Parts: sequence; structure tokens; C-alpha cells
Amino acid sequence: MSFQNIQAQFQAEFENIQKNLNGKRGSDFNTIRTKSFAQFQQLGIPTVKHEDWKYSNLKNLDKIQFSFNPKSSFSKSNLEVLPFASLAGISICFVNGVFNEQLSQLGNTPKIKVLTLEAAVEQIPDVIEKHYGKYIETDKEGLSALNNALSNSGSVVVIDENYVLESPIIIRYISDVKTADIAVNIHNLIVVGKHSEAKIVEIFQTEGEKTAFSNLVTEIFVDKDAIAHYYKIQDENDQSYHVGTTQVNQEDKSYFYSATITLNGGFVRNNLNLVLNGQYIDNHMYGLYIPNGKQHVDNHTLVDHKLPNCESNELYKGVLMDSSNGVFNGKIFVREDAQKTNAYQNCRNVITSDSATMNSKPQLEIWADDVKCSHGTTTGKLNDEAIFYMQSRGIPKPEAVRLQLVAFAEDVVSQIKIEELREMLDTMIENKLK
Amino acid sequence: MLKISNLQARVESKEILRGINLEIKPGEIHAIMGPNGSGKSTLASVLAGREDYEVTAGTVEFNGKDLLDLAPEERAAEGIFLAFQYPVEIPGVTTINFLKTAINQIRKYHEKEPLDAAQFLKLMKEKAKSVKIDDQLLRRSLNEGFSGGEKKRNEIFQMAMLEPSLGILDETDSGLDIDALKIVAEGVNQLRSAERSFIVVTHYQRLLDYIVPDFVHVLYKGRIVKSGTKELALELEEKGYDWIKSEADALEASMV
Repeated sequence: MSFQNIQAQFQAEFENIQKNLNGKRGSDFNTIRTKSFAQFQQLGIPTVKHEDWKYSNLKNLDKIQFSFNPKSSFSKSNLEVLPFASLAGISICFVNGVFNEQLSQLGNTPKIKVLTLEAAVEQIPDVIEKHYGKYIETDKEGLSALNNALSNSGSVVVIDENYVLESPIIIRYISDVKTADIAVNIHNLIVVGKHSEAKIVEIFQTEGEKTAFSNLVTEIFVDKDAIAHYYKIQDENDQSYHVGTTQVNQEDKSYFYSATITLNGGFVRNNLNLVLNGQYIDNHMYGLYIPNGKQHVDNHTLVDHKLPNCESNELYKGVLMDSSNGVFNGKIFVREDAQKTNAYQNCRNVITSDSATMNSKPQLEIWADDVKCSHGTTTGKLNDEAIFYMQSRGIPKPEAVRLQLVAFAEDVVSQIKIEELREMLDTMIENKLK
Repeated sequence: MLKISNLQARVESKEILRGINLEIKPGEIHAIMGPNGSGKSTLASVLAGREDYEVTAGTVEFNGKDLLDLAPEERAAEGIFLAFQYPVEIPGVTTINFLKTAINQIRKYHEKEPLDAAQFLKLMKEKAKSVKIDDQLLRRSLNEGFSGGEKKRNEIFQMAMLEPSLGILDETDSGLDIDALKIVAEGVNQLRSAERSFIVVTHYQRLLDYIVPDFVHVLYKGRIVKSGTKELALELEEKGYDWIKSEADALEASMV
């Protein structure tokens, strides 16, 4: 059997958590935990035999001995030298899955709550009761079930009704892998209240060269007439494994704008699942991945149109260099009741090397008849004629290639509504595409 | 300035240029005419360094340098400019950004300091005015969604910005109406100087009414079969290419 070693590690960690519950064993939370672990045991870690994991192979995970949420001395001076450190906003920082107060700037007000899961359970039990774990599906994805069973930390962000928050909320995840291979399971909840607006930025970074296995779930509830901007920025080392599921539930007339930007990461699997649980909902999903070396980036998106008069719009772009791999799978469901749906999807890729590969698969399932849906996917090399055109004006070939790739990526970056973040990304992308 | 000797080139196994000899002195305008498929555009492309063509024999000397030894960007930096027959659309790269990069790369080649944003904009405004191109057009993605006339005008604008010593116009008149043609020709005429030379590749004599050449050469089957002054172009306009073809074919037959 595959994954024997890693499954045994998760089993031991689960038992370890159970041992240290100090009398909270019978809590509702722990009931869910126990049930989720049973689901994980049944589903296991996905193998390439699963259709959704056909091109993304986790098998090397089994060779690693992980420390779960180990202590770290990562400090403010370490953070300051990392990219995005100066990005202004309310921030909550986790190092190896553990909340770090020194590196956070919570800035809570009556209208905004940015809390750890533990604090949220104490302070806003009604929100937790209503939303936490209610959207993620643990009966289909083994790793989501595992997350539910093992996550003992995470952030809870709540924007009250009728409030427009200008300043972004930054959730920063640092994996300190200078000395040990680590595993973290983090589960976040973000609630944007009725008629409110917020910008959420998740940033993933590593310090050191060992392996971090990050298994994350972020649930986002966008209430009626609310607007949520969600940016996921990944800049992790080549040894890292990142499996992250962002589960979004949208209510009537809500807007959800996302950009998932993968600058670096050894093995990245992003699931972005949107359930449109109302009418007149709008969403835009953008993605950019620029893997090099042997990096592997897999984006799976799912939009579930349940009711009429909604629109979803998706653009993912990739630049694949060296021997890197890219995967895109975009599912769109248009249910029988979802008449007058507009759903668009586009995935465009540029391959700069003969050894890079891209697998992209659009999947539209439409049960309603009065809808407008389109999808397209292209993968190709840069146009030689365009490169010659630039050369003939005095621009050397590598610079001509870089200019075109940066322009290609800019389509996605330009969608980000935080200028400071956009500028930081532009610089990093320009540097990587050199 | 430019000395082409016995230049031969092919695409895959097809011989296209079969021994071109041509010398151009500073300030001269040479028109290259000829029927379709005679090798006119190939000559322009080979001089600019397009990779699709393989030079099999001959030499090209440009201001004392072996041109064929240089990469396309080095040729540009040395002063060669090719105005494309089909200018390429490049999404996401504005003409301004493109030219700023080009100018500063050329300056770098000559070990000069790059122009800063203010210097560049000043130069751009001045040149845009001289070739009558709209500022707004230059802020858009390069050639993307431009009309045929706008694309050709942008080529001339780029030439004005880069100030080459040899401008090669590859069928710049194709697809232009008479008004657009006049504007483009006027742009070229403004760039004429005692130091700057041009090769004007064209199928029709029309463009030569506005850009008056010093010499006219007729290319046929990869060779220059006739050279003359601007009157030759008028004769071609009147009589077509057939008489030149028969003359050349007869000559070739007699040599075999």
C-alpha cells in the first residue's frame, strides 16, 4: 500500500491531539474531528488513480518524516527580509502553523474581527457555530478530511454588515524549515457580512531548504450584496508541498474576485471551489503560475451555478519554464434551475522549454438550456515573428522574450486591486522571468 | 556604406537569392522592384537577419563590418532598420515601453547611459509630431488593433526614433490608400539626409512618386537583372515586367 509511512504519522498526530484535549474530548469540535479522521482513513491520500489527481503525484511525501507544528525562532528580523513583508494592512501570521503575535497586527475594531480559531471559539461562538466547517466537503477529498481532523489552528476573519474595509487583511503563513521537515494543517474562516467589502491576501512563504507539507482549508462566506477580493500569493521553496482548498459560498448579489498567483513552490495544488447559492451573483477568478526548474503547479477550479442570473468569469495564465509542470482543471456546473447563467473560462499557457509540460482540461456540465457558456484553452510557444520584430529594433532575444512574458502575466496581475501588492508582484515576476 | 557581393540565400532547399551585387553610398535611395516571388522581401529579411533564411554564399559589408556575422539586434544597433511589410502585434507591450527598451538597449550596445523617462518622452513627443502619429496610439499595445495605415505609420515613427543609417522599407506601400501612402512617404522624406540611405522594396511604381529614388533595380529569379534611374520605374509602370522577364530568361538560356 502506498502512503503507509505518512498515514501512520497522521494517525500518531491524531492520537497525540486527542491525548492533550484536557477534558474537551466530548466537545462538538472534537466530534467533528473524530468523524473527519474516520473519513480521511477511508478516503486516504489521493493517488494518480483519482481522476482529479491524475497529473499530480504526491508519492514522494511518503518518504519524509515530519514534525507537526514544531517550535520556531523565526522573528521579526527574519520576516523583514522576506518579500511582501512591508505590505501594509491588518495582518495575522502563522509560523509552522502556530499563531505568532509578534509578527501580527490584528487591529480589531467592533466592525472587524481578526482572531485565531481558539479566540474565535471563545469570543464569537455563534459565528463559528454557523459557518466553521460548514462549506468544505470532507466526504470527497481525503486531504480536506485530514485538515478538519488535524487542524488546531487558523484564522477567523469577520467583517460586520455595512462596512467597507479599505485596508487589506493579510494572512501570512511562514514555514520555517531550516532544521526539520514540517507538516501543518490550518483551517481558516472568512465571513464578509451583508453590504460589506473586504480584501483578503493570503501569503505563503518558506524559510530554509527542508520540506514543508502545508494542507490548508480556507472557507469564505460572502453574504448578500457583499464584495470579497481574495488574493492567494505563493512563494515557497522547491521542496515544499502545498495542498490548499479555498471553499467559497456566495449569497444573492454578492461579488467575489480572486487572483491566485504562484511565484514558486515545489508541488502546488490549489483547489478553488465556488458555490453560487443565490441569484445575481458575480465572480471573477484569475490565476497566474510561472514555474521553473522541476516545480509542479496544479490549479483546480469549480464553479457551481445553482440558481438563475449569475455570472462567472475565469482567466488562468501560465508561463512554464525548464522542466516544470502545469495542470489546470476548470469545472463549471450549471444546474437545471440556473437559467440565464453566463459562465466563461479561459486558460492560456506559454511554454518556454521543450521539457516543460502543461495539462489543461475544461469541464462544463450544463443542465439548464438558456445559458451562455464558453471555454477555451491554449498552450504554445512565443511567436518567433514577434521576437524577431523586437530584435530588429535592437532588443536582444532574451530581453524580447522577457518583455513578452511579463506582458502576458500582466493581464492577471493588473486585476489586483491593491496597488502596493501589484507593484511587489510585478518586480518579483520580472525577476523570475529573466 | 553597404556592399553586397554575390549574396545567395535559401529557405529550406529552395534557392531564393542567387547572387545579388549591390553597393549603396551614404544618402542614396535605392528602389528594389520586381515581380512577385523574385526575392525582394527575402533580400530585405536577409539584411535584417531573419533566421528563416540560410545564407549559402556571398558577403555583406556594412560600414566596414561583416553584417552577416551579427545578430539581428546587433545589426539594429549598428544602424540597420527594417520597416516590416506586416508589422507584428504584441499584446501588453506599449509602443512607448517597446521603444524605450529598444533605444536603451542600443545605447547600451554603444556603451552610452540610458535615457531617463523625461528625456525619452521629450524625444518621443518631438518625433511623433514630425511623423504625425497620435500620442494616444503610442500608449496602446504595439500594433494591436491598429489599422493598416496606423501600423505603417508606426513603423516610420519607430525609424524616426531609432535614427538608423540604413532604412529598409519592405513593401511599405502594400495595403495603403493614397492618403496613407502620402503620409508615410512624407515621414520617410523627412528622414532623408546626406548620411542616411534607404532601400525601398516595392512592387509598384506608385510609392516612388513620393519617395524619389536615385537608383532603381529590378530583381528577377533572385538576381538583379536591370538597374537604372527613376525613369526605369516609370518604364516598368508603363510596360509591366514581362519584357524584363523575357530579356533575362533569354540571357540565362544563352549562358547555359
